[in-house]
This record gives sequence, structure tokens and C-alpha cells, in this order.
Amino acid sequence: MTALADINLEIADQQFITIVGASGCGKSTLLNLLAGFDAATSGEMTVDGAPVAGPGPDRGVVFQQTALFPWLSVEENIAFGLRLRANRHKGSLEIVVERLLKRTGLMAFRSRRPAELSGGMRQRAAIASVLAINPSTLLMDEPFGALDALTRSIMQDFLLEVWEEERKTALLVTHDIDEAIYLADRTVVMTARPGRVREIIDVDLPRPRRYEMRSEKSFIALRDHVTGIVREEAIKGAMEIAA
Amino acid sequence: MAAPDQTWAASAGRATSGRSLALSAQYAVFPAALLVAWQACAQIGFVRRSVLPAPTDVALVWFDLITGATDAAARYSGTWLDHAAASTWRVFAGFAWGIALGILTGLLIGLSRVMERVLDPTVQVLRNIPVTAWVPLSLVFFGIGNAPAVFLIGLGAFFPAAVNTTHGVRQINVTLTKAARMMGADERELLVRVILPGALPSIMTGVRLSMGIAWVLVVVAEILAVRSGLGYLLNDAYLFYRNDVVIAAMLSIGILGFISDRIVVVVRDRLLEWNRLETFSGQN
Repeated sequence: MTALADINLEIADQQFITIVGASGCGKSTLLNLLAGFDAATSGEMTVDGAPVAGPGPDRGVVFQQTALFPWLSVEENIAFGLRLRANRHKGSLEIVVERLLKRTGLMAFRSRRPAELSGGMRQRAAIASVLAINPSTLLMDEPFGALDALTRSIMQDFLLEVWEEERKTALLVTHDIDEAIYLADRTVVMTARPGRVREIIDVDLPRPRRYEMRSEKSFIALRDHVTGIVREEAIKGAMEIAA
Repeated sequence: MAAPDQTWAASAGRATSGRSLALSAQYAVFPAALLVAWQACAQIGFVRRSVLPAPTDVALVWFDLITGATDAAARYSGTWLDHAAASTWRVFAGFAWGIALGILTGLLIGLSRVMERVLDPTVQVLRNIPVTAWVPLSLVFFGIGNAPAVFLIGLGAFFPAAVNTTHGVRQINVTLTKAARMMGADERELLVRVILPGALPSIMTGVRLSMGIAWVLVVVAEILAVRSGLGYLLNDAYLFYRNDVVIAAMLSIGILGFISDRIVVVVRDRLLEWNRLETFSGQN
């Protein structure tokens, strides 16, 4: 079964790209390919000119299901990557950990275990653990999918703040259309299975983004446009499964 | 100003000591009831005292077994420590090699599909042979002595450790192994930093089962293959119709087994403090 077909996507340095589509459209598959967890049956992928061959610390992945080691404290989780031999050269562990604890507001929770944190705090810790290894690209697979609406919107602002500071190339997969537009420079809308790029939308809202922008006309127009396509594709996908 | 505080502290103190008393009672009530029922049965005399000795008889014999002070245990007087030490040594020797090899095998099978195909069918077939069925062969190969006992105990300890280690490796959340690889972990780092700690709860479950089986098998081995240890004492006393000594030996095995299990549990809880946050731990 083909999950993805004819994907041709170029992502500029330091851009924030979101990928949105109905569930089952292969958007997570695309991210897994970029991360190097899966291999494509055909085609090629390059990051900074080099072909993707397996996962590596140049591409940091934030997972939907928070990837924190339950036996490590928050600060040990953040330090995890830097303790690996592959990242030993990446600067002082203490300084990086302190900076990220402060940045994520987790200073008071540094010695807590993941099970003692709220969902939002856990995802902030997971983002910190990825930022610690200083990847050039951030790949995020529905990172806020498991959070409640309020925490989710707070986390989106947190992510944007961090991104403005660190200016990494970011690719975020989501089924939340508001989220896709709010975060992105460009939003890639996918078709139903097999996933193709249906449309790439330039989001020319000013940065830094603010929560209130969601009620502005330009935002609403973009959202309605994207919603229209995603709905149409979702229905098409459902019909195909029924047939 | 200080008075109310003091009253509060005093009543709080009383409350806690009352509570700890209630907790001790929860531990004591069932064993105490058993002892009373047993003593009653023996004293009423449905069965002869030599067939079912009373707890008080057993206590006297046990005391002499350990101290050699009263000669109540006759030919066994004062021999307890030697027997207990022999059994304990065999248990821990067998347990050590059994779980070491078991964990190693379980890791190999859990980590590698190739090793699973190579090793797992054999492990699964051998696992279904009761360890007691190995007694004749082990006597032929090792003769009478410590060797067959340590072999049988280790064999029994091997399987729970192996099977639970494999299970522990296979149930590790794939997001964690993906995350580690993404951050650049090599095979060794993946094993040491993710697989081993992730599999540890299950490994410790296996190790605990192994310890339990070790105490079962030490008795089997000592009845059949060695002339020392609590299993030997138990069997010899049975042949000489000393049921009081038999029961004292049985209870000694129970208590030493219990202490061994506590040691494993304490080590486990030390290593797995994090796991208590993630799992159901019973209601008060």
C-alpha cells in the first residue's frame, strides 16, 4: 500500500513549515521518513544537502507520545542527549541544562520524574531535551495532540517564542488547522491516501504571532480555505475506504 | 500561645502510635490465628502428638536444633546453623549463575530477532521439562554433592529470569528507543541507557520468581543429591519419625526463603523507585 506519492517539497533554512491533512493521509509517515525512522521505497531526501540515512542528532524529533525516560528526572532527561558520545563536543552540559530548565520554566521541577508532571510540563521537558542537542532541524509529530485546548494554545506560544530565539528549521505535523496556520510560514495541505501535496499556502501573517490574530480576518480567511480542502479530502478518503 | 500547639502535637502523637498499633495487628492477626488453631488441634488429640506435634513442641525442638542446649532434638541437636548455611549457600550459588545466564539469554532473545529464532524454541521446550526431571541425569553427571544441587537450582532460576527479561525488552515503549536513536545513541548506549533500565521492572519480577524456585529446588536437591542442608535434615528426620524436627526444618526453609525474597524486593524497590509513580500500588 502506498502511503505517500509524488511528494516534492523544499524547505528553506529557518522556516517554520506545518503539514496538515485528514488522519491517515501519511503526514506522520512523511515526518518519519525525514527523521530517518523509516526508509522511502523510492525517491530521495536530503537535509542540508546530505541524504537522510537513519535518525541522527541533526534532526531533533518531538513525538506526540512524550519521549521522556520515566526513570530519569527532568534534568537528567534534558541532559540525556548530551551524555551520548555523539554529542560530547556540544558544549558544557551544566550550562545547557540550566539554560533550558530556565527557558522552559521547569527549574522548580528539575528533580521530579516525568510521572509527576502535567501534560504541558512533560512536553516542555521533551522539547528541552531535544533542544539540548542543538539540532539544525526540529521535526514535530502532533506534539500537542494529547493536550487540552488551553494548554495547547499556551504551548503553541511557547514553541513560537523558542523558535524565534533559536531560529531552527521547523516542521510540524498536525491535524489542528488553527495550529497549522498560527505557527507556520508555509502550510502544506495533504490529500487523502496516498498522501500528495495538495496545496502549499504561504501564511503571511506578521511575526511575532499573537493569540488575538486568530480572530483577525486574514487568519479566518486562511483557516476557512484550509478547512475546506481538508474536509473535502477527508470525505474523499472516507468514501474510498467505504468503496 | 503554646498550649494549643502542644495539645495538637500530643494528640497527633497518640493518633500515630494508635495507627501503627493497628497496622501491626493487621500483620499479626492471621499468623496468630493459625498458631492458635494448630495448638488446639494438637492438644485436643484427634491425632497423636508424634504425628502432629503442637507449635510449643516444635518451638522447643527448634530451640535445641539451633542452640544444642536441651537435647530435645536428640541426634539433630545443635546442627541447625550448618544445615541452614549449606542450604543458603547452594541457593545463592545456583541463583547467581541461573539469573546471570537467564538475563543474558533473555536480552539476546529480546534484542535480536535472529537470536530469537536461534534460541527461543529451545528455551521454550526446555522450560516445560520440570527441573525435577533433571535429577537423575544431574546425579549421573555430577555425582552426590554440591554440584548437582547448584546445577538444579541454577537451572530452575534460569527460566523465569530469561523469559521475563525477554518480555521486559519487548515491552519497552518504541518512542523511547526512537528518541534515543534520534539523539545519536549507538547500540551500546541504547542497551545501557534505555533497554536495561526500561526492562528492569520485568527483569526484577523474573529474578524474584527465580529466588522462589531456588528455595523449592534446594529442598529437592538436598533430599536426593546431598547429605547436608535443611532439605536433608527434613528428609532424615522424616525417616526417623521426628515430625517435630520436620516441621522446624520446614518453617526454617519458609523463613529463610522469606528473608531472601525480602532482599530481592528491597533491591528491586531501590532500583525501581521511579516505577512506583507509574504503577498501581494498592489502596490503604
